[in-house]
Amino acid sequence: MTVHSKDLFVSIVGKENVKDTQAQLLAYSYDATANFQAKPDLVVSPRSTEEIAEIVKICAREQIPIVSRGSGTNLAAGTVPSKGGLIVLFNNMDKILEVDKENLTITVQPGVITQDICNFVESNGLFYPPDPSSMKISTIGGNVSENSGGLRGLKYGVTKDYVKAMTVVLPDGETLKLGGKLAKDVAGYDLMSLFVGAEGTLGIITEITLKLIPLPISKKTGIAYFNSLEAAAETVSAIIADKIIPVTLEFMDKGTIGAVEDFMKIGLPLDAEAMLLMEQDGNEEQVERDIQQMIRIAELNGATSTALASSNEEAEVLKTGRRAALSALARKRPTTILEDATVPRSEIANMVKAIQQISEKYDVQISTFGHAGDGNLHPTCLTDVRDEDEMLRVEQALAEIFHIAIELGGTITGEHGVGEMKAPYLEWKLGESGIRVMKAIKQSMDPQNIMNPGKMFAKETKMRLVINNGQ
Amino acid sequence: MVSELQQRMQDSFVEHVDEELLMDCMRCGFCLPACPTYLATNQDESHSPRGRIALMKAMRDGDVVWDGSVEDSFDMCLGCRACEPACPAGVQYGVLIEETRVAVQQAKPISITEKAIRKTTFDGVFADQKKMAAGVKLVQFYQKSGLQKATRKIGFLNLFPPFMKQMEAVLPTIETKKKREPVLKPSSLKVAFFSGCLMDTLFQETNRKTIEMLEWLGADIVLPKEQQCCGALHGHSGEMEKGMRNAKANLKAFDSDDFDYIVNNAGGCGAFLSEYGKHLEKDPQFAEKAAEFSRKTIDISSLFVKLGLTAKLKQMGGAEESLVTYQDSCHLRNVNGVFLEPRSLLQDTPGFEYKELIDAGSCCGSAGIYNILQPEMAKRILDAKMKGVKEMQPAIVVTSNPGCLMQMQMGIQNEGLEKEMKAVHIVDFLYDAIHQNQTQG
Repeated sequence: MTVHSKDLFVSIVGKENVKDTQAQLLAYSYDATANFQAKPDLVVSPRSTEEIAEIVKICAREQIPIVSRGSGTNLAAGTVPSKGGLIVLFNNMDKILEVDKENLTITVQPGVITQDICNFVESNGLFYPPDPSSMKISTIGGNVSENSGGLRGLKYGVTKDYVKAMTVVLPDGETLKLGGKLAKDVAGYDLMSLFVGAEGTLGIITEITLKLIPLPISKKTGIAYFNSLEAAAETVSAIIADKIIPVTLEFMDKGTIGAVEDFMKIGLPLDAEAMLLMEQDGNEEQVERDIQQMIRIAELNGATSTALASSNEEAEVLKTGRRAALSALARKRPTTILEDATVPRSEIANMVKAIQQISEKYDVQISTFGHAGDGNLHPTCLTDVRDEDEMLRVEQALAEIFHIAIELGGTITGEHGVGEMKAPYLEWKLGESGIRVMKAIKQSMDPQNIMNPGKMFAKETKMRLVINNGQ
Repeated sequence: MVSELQQRMQDSFVEHVDEELLMDCMRCGFCLPACPTYLATNQDESHSPRGRIALMKAMRDGDVVWDGSVEDSFDMCLGCRACEPACPAGVQYGVLIEETRVAVQQAKPISITEKAIRKTTFDGVFADQKKMAAGVKLVQFYQKSGLQKATRKIGFLNLFPPFMKQMEAVLPTIETKKKREPVLKPSSLKVAFFSGCLMDTLFQETNRKTIEMLEWLGADIVLPKEQQCCGALHGHSGEMEKGMRNAKANLKAFDSDDFDYIVNNAGGCGAFLSEYGKHLEKDPQFAEKAAEFSRKTIDISSLFVKLGLTAKLKQMGGAEESLVTYQDSCHLRNVNGVFLEPRSLLQDTPGFEYKELIDAGSCCGSAGIYNILQPEMAKRILDAKMKGVKEMQPAIVVTSNPGCLMQMQMGIQNEGLEKEMKAVHIVDFLYDAIHQNQTQG
């Protein structure tokens, strides 16, 4: 980046909203993904859509890469500035602009913390369900750009199910307004869906309107422990087959239970092989019926013990423990590399079994937790980036997990995104024609490839493994 | 070409900062909302725990050039350790920042004036209780002689940075030190009192009340004579060796199997005392004694609760007339996990209604001598803290540490609220409330 371009950015956002010291450039060189790091040339904090449009125009003219970054909690190296350039922050665009109680929407700037949205609307008797585990830290702009999921996805869906309207600055600096506070809208292609989960590769989202729903009257939380992973997985399938759609149906294996207990000290049993965390919300009568039925199903499927949370606080503690699972696993080894391969719910038991076999086959320590009810698991390799031989085995294990997930009708990523990390595997899921269509879209909108370059599309696709499963 | 300073700094980081501890951080960012400087800088990642750990690693690996901005990032850390309980991965941030400060201290060229200040502070005043007492005598003389009034009048203090002026205004009035006789009564519980260098001089009254209350609750109090400053100030400033020199002196002073507890009434000191064991675990001579010492260390609130003070307070009853709130001592909360005990005492204090302060668990900006070294950031953090205080309008803000006490009092004066409220040490608060209740009853 030339001194001249830097001066231009400074003149747009003001000196106080530019970060360019040694320490700052290093501090914005990473996100929550292990083993990916690259320094930006400059970090800016614009204050409005107009400022962002001006910034993008300069980037387009000077061909400077732009990476939009919320709080940097991405798990697929999606916000690492791998090609250098400019990082755009939203810490100055963090206002809740409007709650519309007649249309049940909230309009926000991208820098608002997800948890703050939840707290705010809940104090108004309303509900914004998507709750990624990092919701206390992550920004809504990041959630929309990654189409984040969460613990309540089973019943309430993911971020894309709640985006009603947005303002986007396109790669040429033009501003586009999409959607509206509408229940129905079929005017042309569904462009808004294109930007949700685009990981900042098509434009910069600068304002978002989200759908809200009434806050459920009551909720109840239960837990069940099992002495085998399969029993827990089968319980999940049995609950869905019994026509219950709980809010939350979360899974943790023995390794994860141990790590969470180490952090939270809440008395989780360390000898259990697996644990399910179940929650239902709605009217009191139905909540009571469903939670009792889920407990019964767990017992029928071999749960060694079950319990109901005695209060909201106790339920909150259990969910906090589950949300901290990934980070808590980092206690065990220097490096944690996680996946979020997702399969149809009915295949969850097969997937769990396959992960166990892969762990043994490659001699890699894998702990698994995740949104079992969504078929979205988070097998996490506990390893050490400094051990080259082990890292090679980890890569092979992860590749095989992707392979199996696709074989079972699943995908390489359910909610964390492709980023730089999974780009080499995207074609496995999409096929050659899928990649071609996506590249055509990218090319037509961002011909200079300035929006988050190096993400989503890899230079080359990994060779698909030939696997003799279980032999 | 790598400069000589850069090389020396990198070598120092390699030598002093533990790579394994750095690797514990997986950069999830769960620490961010807990960090006061991250929030006070409008979310500047280079002033967050995750950012600082990344910078420590980058210094070690040679990925960043040592300059003022890197130094600033480390210096700006309060050392409040609020990131530790927030960290699911169990990163030992406190150890890492202490190691970093040692690494920087060893490799950095220091100006002659800073050297002199460090020497007086760490080898002089805070290493020797007599010198501390002498220093305090000066303050005492200054207050009693009328000089304080005079200097305030002629604006002598205008010559100093604004912070010094504000600090001067909140210095507690020092009582003349009375000779203390160790009380020896038959009791089931023998408690050694760690009187603390500041607490024993500037806050002598509080110490007297601490002893009186413990005796009232039936404990036998012993005051080992040769005790010294705990060494926390040294440890947090990259002078860990000197901190351990003080620690060893204290281990000798408290070397007795007789004590059930070693009690302190300053959160910052208490946390450091409770970590003697960890700091000296590899010391062949002191490891065992240090572990024993740390195990017996207890803060005054926890000991009060153990001795049944909550029940006694409950019995006293009385109408809830004024509002009291509590500002946590960071180290008492984040290092020792003590936050329920002081609250339960305040909730049951006769004559008061307890209300929780917004973000009571986040640092007030005092942080040892941070408010002297980083006055601007300390002020920003204090101002944010005072917003909650102003909103609540309590009559009393209770604290558990001398630094926090002075900082909160300064906050109250900055806001011009000194007529409506005051900051009080928890022991003084309880002592006075009980006396009030008993004289009324």
